[in-house]
Amino acid sequence: MSAAAPVARGQAAASPRRPIARGARQVFEFRALVYRRVWRGSMFSTFLSPVLFLAAMGVGLGTFVDHGSAIASLGGVSYAAFLAPGLLAAQGMQTATSESTWPVMGGFTWDRTFHAMYATPVSIAGIVAGHLAWLTARLILTATVFFLVMVAFGFVASPLGVLGIGASVLTGLAFAAPVTAFSAGQTNDTAFSAINRFLITPLFLFSGTFFPIEQLPEVIRPIAWLTPTFHGVALARGFSLGTLDPIGLLVHLAVLGLYIGGGVAWAMIAFRRALTK
Amino acid sequence: MTTAQPIDAPNLPEPGPDRFGARASAALDGQAADGSPRESLIRARGLTKKFGQFMAVDAIDFDVAPGESFGFLGPNGAGKTSTMRMIGCVSPITAGELSVLGMDPRTDGARIKSRLGVVPQQDTLDMELTVRENLIIYGRYFDLSRREAGRRADELLEFVQLSDRAKDHVEPLSGGMKRRLTIARSLVNEPDLLLLDEPTTGLDPQARHLLWDRLYRLKQRGVTLVLTTHYMDEAEQLCDRLVIMDKARIVAVGSPRELIEQYSTREVLELRFPVGVQETLGSELDGLAERLERLPDRVLLYTDDGEAAAAAAHARGLRPETVLVRRSSLEDVFLRLTGRSLIE
Repeated sequence: MSAAAPVARGQAAASPRRPIARGARQVFEFRALVYRRVWRGSMFSTFLSPVLFLAAMGVGLGTFVDHGSAIASLGGVSYAAFLAPGLLAAQGMQTATSESTWPVMGGFTWDRTFHAMYATPVSIAGIVAGHLAWLTARLILTATVFFLVMVAFGFVASPLGVLGIGASVLTGLAFAAPVTAFSAGQTNDTAFSAINRFLITPLFLFSGTFFPIEQLPEVIRPIAWLTPTFHGVALARGFSLGTLDPIGLLVHLAVLGLYIGGGVAWAMIAFRRALTK
Repeated sequence: MTTAQPIDAPNLPEPGPDRFGARASAALDGQAADGSPRESLIRARGLTKKFGQFMAVDAIDFDVAPGESFGFLGPNGAGKTSTMRMIGCVSPITAGELSVLGMDPRTDGARIKSRLGVVPQQDTLDMELTVRENLIIYGRYFDLSRREAGRRADELLEFVQLSDRAKDHVEPLSGGMKRRLTIARSLVNEPDLLLLDEPTTGLDPQARHLLWDRLYRLKQRGVTLVLTTHYMDEAEQLCDRLVIMDKARIVAVGSPRELIEQYSTREVLELRFPVGVQETLGSELDGLAERLERLPDRVLLYTDDGEAAAAAAHARGLRPETVLVRRSSLEDVFLRLTGRSLIE
């Protein structure tokens, strides 16, 4: 037991400026280890739900609506080819939101693992970066699985459609960052079901995922333009159908980038407030 | 009428060349005042923490010497945890000076933290991981290799007697086991300074004694312990020196023995009268002891000779139901300094 004698000095003393990436990597490793223990629970949402959704909406509903006028208003593609990239992006939003609500609040108030991290040399920036890096990995995993299911169904119109994975990840992060910041300020979970009911579900239904937003009343359309979901869906769809022009690409990326950047800045403030009070 | 002999009186070392007392008191007396650099692991001057308008810690001064075991004793809300969080570099100081391991928490937080072990008031264990994984992940935060973290995890689990639970999840462990795991985790970086915020609150006596034993072993190895507690027996067991905090300020400082000598008498005579009699007592008790305190159920007489005071009371015709002579304890000091009214 003498080896554990904590008298020894001079162990890996952290340098004055500890790289954020190091802490981020350690936090990422922690989340990955936890995921190895709980991944079975996320099997349904990750793997089975895309299959079910694409089968029901793409094949079932698609065959029902695919006729002259509908195909024309969708730009000449089948409903399934129109819908699938939209769902790919929207799934990023849903995965990111569920991973940024309860798990973040729990890390502050239930098992307090963020407090445990902050008692070590890991910095607040490292904690936030590690959390978002982990969410990025999760989003890549779920988007890739979803994309492979799309390919299996034959719902991908062009090879560039693979970039829809990136669109899904960016859409996810545009929610993950601000929702993480919001959750860090919560002491109970009452707000989270409201977020799902009044924010995520309407965004899922009305951001162009299931039908072009031109179908929406004109007064509502500008609201859709402000949402990250609309831009993520448009991005994924544009890649898949090959309809993206350079300006559209830049606008979509810029809006998603603004949400991500603003969310990260807010998360840094919210984490500092929660950890240093 | 029964007379009980004192049974508590812990065998405290005599003042003088005891374990750390001499060095410890030097740290607080002379040299620090002239500004010369002293070998203090923690040095606080005018340390202040405010939350908005609420004064949590009000300009306190203290020094903790290497190898010392130092306690913050005080009722809830006295400012103990706020002080600990400032030392632990997680709560920025509002005003004053604080140096930990010779560094400034404002600029060297990460470096200080790399040499600290922290046992927070509420456990912060990860419930989804196993006992051993909790230690390894924590070691990784201190830049240990996986192999080294694993090696230390196994040693520490043995040290806190949890080796047989290594592969179990944390959730079903008892409170005492979780606390031991938290202490093991706080040692994974082989810290120079261990901060323990109410380490045994809520544990049963067996679990507390096991924890005290482990902490005492750490102390013998030269680890500096800083702990908060509101248990007097814990302070007497573990602390070479302690401060008593009340309402954000330090109200007394010294070794347990010194505090008892300074703020209490050698013995306490406790008299319990039949219901209704105590209220009728007036001046009959005056002059029997140096200090007298009336509690709802009994009267405490602070005196250096309890037996003599008991005899004197008997001679005055007082006929209490029970008479108890005991040694003064830290609890007497604590209650005298922080008052008997309930603090919520």
